Amino acid sequence: MPKVKVPRKSTSVDMTAMTDVAFLLLTFFMLATQFKPDEPVTVNAPSSVAEVPIPDVDIMTITISEDSRVFFSMEGQQYKQELIQKMSALKQVAFTNEEIKAFSLMSSFGVPFDQLKQLLAVKSEERAKFNQTGIPCDSLNNELGDWIWQARLSNNKVRVAIKGDQNSNFPVIKQVIATLQEKKVNRFNFITNMSTEAAD
Amino acid sequence: MAEIEGGGGGHKKGGKPKGKKMSTRVDFTPMVDLGFLLITFFMLTTSMSKPKTMEINMPVKDVEEIEKQKVKASQAITLLLAENDQIVYYFINDQTGEPETPVITNFSKGGIRATLLSKNKELLDRANNNNYDSIPILKDMYRRNEIPEDEMKRRISGIKANKDALIVVIKADDKAKYRNLVDILDEMLICNIGRYAIVDITDIEVELIKTAMATTANAATTTNPKTK
Repeated sequence: MPKVKVPRKSTSVDMTAMTDVAFLLLTFFMLATQFKPDEPVTVNAPSSVAEVPIPDVDIMTITISEDSRVFFSMEGQQYKQELIQKMSALKQVAFTNEEIKAFSLMSSFGVPFDQLKQLLAVKSEERAKFNQTGIPCDSLNNELGDWIWQARLSNNKVRVAIKGDQNSNFPVIKQVIATLQEKKVNRFNFITNMSTEAAD
Repeated sequence: MAEIEGGGGGHKKGGKPKGKKMSTRVDFTPMVDLGFLLITFFMLTTSMSKPKTMEINMPVKDVEEIEKQKVKASQAITLLLAENDQIVYYFINDQTGEPETPVITNFSKGGIRATLLSKNKELLDRANNNNYDSIPILKDMYRRNEIPEDEMKRRISGIKANKDALIVVIKADDKAKYRNLVDILDEMLICNIGRYAIVDITDIEVELIKTAMATTANAATTTNPKTK
């Protein structure tokens, strides 16, 4: 019986193509990534069939958490600096340069104005632990209205988006909408997720 | 190509000491490993779908458009958003001007959507308006290149601005959730209702929800006493 010689094949594969693909994908994902700003509260937005994408610039977001706390955020560092300066002039509270810097880097906040200094003193990594009680927006002390008004003064192209949790109660939403209307914002957006159920 | 070279440039015994032939091939495996690690990281951190928005236009304050424009009462429907994802709706009777018996429904497809669509169609049919297509259908036709863009826009605005179409008044009870409001606005979009308004609820309507809920609860117990 003649021996059948099995030719010994090299186990090594050409990896160049794989590397190419890997790095192509890597480049794509690196460019497509937008890091999520750390929100002080997680909000589960309701879903809808609306197809309008939310703009990246010139927008302020009013976030309403499930437990009826109201948060405020605005895009653009230079606008935020202007906003805090305007607010400090309005409320007669002076802010140091560090505090203004910290405010312009902060994403979203939800504290009454007199607690803002304390919040800004906390390092950004530890801010998640800070107990944010929400911006007061009732008729007695409507700080949210001040924020909205000053934000519109610092950036006149700003649009308002409301990001409510799907289980937040309607009275809070009503209060926020009433505040907006009081500040003559009659056009605003509700942020929603894409609906899984197709419209027919 | 990317194999690990064992003894690449060993020189022969007794031969002239030649310059070592170094292989130009590099082992790519760690690089690929790193590449895929980073891909995995970025894939997990990337959020692909951007959140969407729906735009709301509120009337200028203190001017309630619905009340101001004297519309035919029979053309309007009032939706009251109640607790537990329920909707109570009623029409105003054309002759008496009194509200008709409220009906309880929900957010399901056969619930409020069916009501809105059938009522809207009824109104348009009565006014002899036959080009009733839904906005999603028109958009779909545009996407499939069946109709040009301006045609689509014209027909959509035609639907929305139709004078004979249904007018919806949305009033939310304090016990309603934000989700209910977004859902009902969504239904406006789906049912092509161009004219709607979010209005504050009145005390009479809060009572109306209560009585409507009580009557259905009673009816449920009398017809089917086993279920509570």
